[in-house]
Amino acid sequence: LAPWVPVVGLEIHAQISSNSKLFSGSQVQFAAPPNSLVSFFDASLPGTLPVLNRRCVEAAVMTGLALNCSINKKSLFDRKHYFYADLPAGYQITQQRVPIAVNGSLSYSLCIDNKMSQMVTKTVRIKQIQLEQDSGKSLHDDTRSQTLVDLNRAGVGLMEVVMEPDMCCGEEAAAAVRELQLILQTLGSSQAVMAEGQLRVDANVSVHHPGEPYGVRTEVKNINSIRFLAKAVDYEIQRQIEELENGGTILNETRAFDSKLGCTVPMRDKEGKQDYRFMPEPNLPPLILYDAKSLPANLNHQQVVNIDWIHERLPDLPSVKRAKLVEQYGILPEHSFTLLNEDGLTEFFENVVKQTQMKPKKVIGWILKDLLSYLKQHSLTVKESPVSSFLLADLLNLLEKKEISSTAAKQVLAELWKGEGKTPLEIVKEKKLELIQDQKELEQICQAVIDGQENEVIT
Amino acid sequence: LKGGLRFQVSAALKEGHVTPTELCQRCLSLIKSTKFLNAYITVAEETALKQAEESEKRYRRGQPLSVLDGIPIAVKDNFNTVGIETTCASNMLKGYISPYNATVVQKLLDQGAVLLGKTNLDEFAMGSGSTDGVFGPVRNPWSYSRQYKEKSVPKSHSEDEESNWVITGGSSGGSAAAVSSFTCFAALGSDTGGSTRNPAAHCGVVGLKPTYGLISRHGLIPLVNSMDVPGILTRCVDDSAVVLGSLAGHDPKDSTTIQDNFKPFELPNLTDVSKISIGIPKEYHAPGLSSEILALWSKAADLFKNAGAKVIEVSLPHTRYSIVCYHVLCTAEVASNMARFDGLEYGHRSDMNKSTESMYAATRREGFNDVVRGRILSGNYFLLKQNYENYFIKAQKVRRLIANDFVKVFGSGVDILLTPTTLSDAMPYMEFIKEDNRTRSAQDDILTQAANMAGLPAINVPTGLSERGLPLGLQFIGQSFQEKQLLTVAKWFEKQVKFPVIQLEVKRHDHGAFQHQKSVSFS
Repeated sequence: LAPWVPVVGLEIHAQISSNSKLFSGSQVQFAAPPNSLVSFFDASLPGTLPVLNRRCVEAAVMTGLALNCSINKKSLFDRKHYFYADLPAGYQITQQRVPIAVNGSLSYSLCIDNKMSQMVTKTVRIKQIQLEQDSGKSLHDDTRSQTLVDLNRAGVGLMEVVMEPDMCCGEEAAAAVRELQLILQTLGSSQAVMAEGQLRVDANVSVHHPGEPYGVRTEVKNINSIRFLAKAVDYEIQRQIEELENGGTILNETRAFDSKLGCTVPMRDKEGKQDYRFMPEPNLPPLILYDAKSLPANLNHQQVVNIDWIHERLPDLPSVKRAKLVEQYGILPEHSFTLLNEDGLTEFFENVVKQTQMKPKKVIGWILKDLLSYLKQHSLTVKESPVSSFLLADLLNLLEKKEISSTAAKQVLAELWKGEGKTPLEIVKEKKLELIQDQKELEQICQAVIDGQENEVIT
Repeated sequence: LKGGLRFQVSAALKEGHVTPTELCQRCLSLIKSTKFLNAYITVAEETALKQAEESEKRYRRGQPLSVLDGIPIAVKDNFNTVGIETTCASNMLKGYISPYNATVVQKLLDQGAVLLGKTNLDEFAMGSGSTDGVFGPVRNPWSYSRQYKEKSVPKSHSEDEESNWVITGGSSGGSAAAVSSFTCFAALGSDTGGSTRNPAAHCGVVGLKPTYGLISRHGLIPLVNSMDVPGILTRCVDDSAVVLGSLAGHDPKDSTTIQDNFKPFELPNLTDVSKISIGIPKEYHAPGLSSEILALWSKAADLFKNAGAKVIEVSLPHTRYSIVCYHVLCTAEVASNMARFDGLEYGHRSDMNKSTESMYAATRREGFNDVVRGRILSGNYFLLKQNYENYFIKAQKVRRLIANDFVKVFGSGVDILLTPTTLSDAMPYMEFIKEDNRTRSAQDDILTQAANMAGLPAINVPTGLSERGLPLGLQFIGQSFQEKQLLTVAKWFEKQVKFPVIQLEVKRHDHGAFQHQKSVSFS
């Protein structure tokens, strides 16, 4: 059987972290009472006009720079038309002709095996980033034959990030999205929490034989976590391969991922292909951005977005943070990935290091093996850890001073998890786990043991 | 009070010769007497009187807010007004009460103007007759003028005088009729292809289309976002300058308004036109132009020449493409702008509830008239992927050419262009409706449309009466944001031609039949 080459591309919608919406002043807030955050413009009242939110532009520029994109100094807004209950104006304002950023790249890493011992770095090209409006939410109540519409989300700013089909499997897609998520959170341009709908991923999947043209692709939607993303992509790849090997064909369709069944199913047909009748948005002039060179002298700095100014103020991206951690603490690259992957873990680690004499290279083991595995077992976040960095540092200091053995330390840690408020020293004393260093004391103990076992010793 | 806001009514109010309440009451009374004109869709009697009362208090304290304080005005029914229905003369918005005021409405109210009501129009401003709204057609007040009656030949005894009435032109016919019949001192219209200038010409009033981007469109229910402007209708050029001064300027709520600071100006009394260069575009000698208007246009050119101005023939070669170009761009934007009318959030909602889609379809079929639906279908056609390049993009390119025609001509030393506004005087309604809306629009917009394409300011100045005793106007087109120069020249011209006052014969609401009195207020 000829080998198959799977091809995976991603369309990611990240909700911009801002106080107000992309084109109106109503607030952005998760889980507010229905229709409580809707301005006249959001409800598409006739005669209202869009006004661009500067913060959203800055967020998109930051993200573009972090993804090595060219920022278009002039970008345009367009209307994309279709009728749906959650789209009050009958069109979405987006950037179809000239988006704000193009031609970037994202590097991400995978471990070759399960033990996180060997990592390989891959790159995916970023085709573009565009600013666009989010839609409202509609809930279908089939029993009462009605649709309930909540416009709170209508008009919230989105960055659509398009990743070229450079990935080949679920794991790659998941790793790429995870890295993007970290970048967005580091920048603050999006909180990118998938569970709150702040990061939505659609996967484009196809398979072909090497040397042959790309196969027909399907679009997979309704993916609610990074874990499900990997599953959905891998399932779809398998499904397509089986279909083709059985002589079937792949339809260019949209499929939904069913997380309970772990498979993709065709979505309700949208009556053939949609023609979105794109048209320039006449109420918004072209978006002009400046850099240090092009900035006119007479323009107020408050009135313009300066790409260079934003560039200078970018925080350290995850890849830089990881490199710094490796250099500063002498830990392995794989370790740095895990540290950044868990919310708050890097901070925890660094706090422990500050408070202990134990070398970071040794501390990391305790963090990644003991602390993290415990948290995972009990589904706790770092913030929820019953063992604080202070307590752990305390414990590691005892170990470092050779007041207890490594085995004893693990026992103490097990006690600390109970969160009863005892200090490591108190537990050590309680359980008599102290290491005895005194030669005479040790001799006495050994002699006592020997004396107590006369028969065995003589024999 | 024929002299207008700036010099007479405002002065009268200030000096207490008349109170805002008296003024308001007289206007309201006259509105009732002229109800048959069908100029108003909604008369806001209560709120108007309250506003007049407040104004009166301010005058008594000697603290009027502005020249407009206490002045009764009317607003076309496609501008959002709080607490007063905004219908766009459509079933889709019957009963719709907006929660916000259009910026221009707010500005007028903030300066103390008294809002009498909302005026009639073609549905969603689509039309050139003000005949295609759900509240019926608007009648041109000149139909009831002695000037018209004297000249009209009675066809038969049985034929009612009623059936002879002429249209106002459109789509801001209600506003033009309101100003023309003295029921208000100024009115807001809108202008996308000539909708303020056309009815101004037919109703014998001044109709100003400002430069695109000078006045906020926030709250003006859009027809074509890239061409719409709020229009100003008044009885004299000085008044239009006053209203312009109160409305112009950047609005953060409208991203297409220019940022530059606008300085309201007073119009100088120009006596020497020798430094002015008037251009006469030969393409505006359009097919169908009546000989009367041609003669009037020629006379006007001579007037300037004899006064020492430089008058030269110029060419705007792409003029003949503007109607077709307009048709493509207008319908495309209409299709887009009307997409929001689905019955969900506001406006008419059909009882059909089998599915969301069937509800949308029924709502839009019931809510829109044929004209609107026709334009939506056309527009969607032009926006289809396979047609976009050939129609929409092409039209955009032609638009650029049309705009460049003006740039070239103004760049060659011409200050102002002088053209006719309409092809003829106002048509009788019965004749007008023999052709459909699309045909009429295509015919009537030809002289006014290009200024919208290019975003230029233009103004209709009533010039003379036709053989039938109806108003004829001429149009001046100016350079971008050069309203002061445009209005200065228009004012000079207005002074020269001394357009006659309408001799309206109307049964007064409270005092029985009455005729024109030359001195009292607004008869």
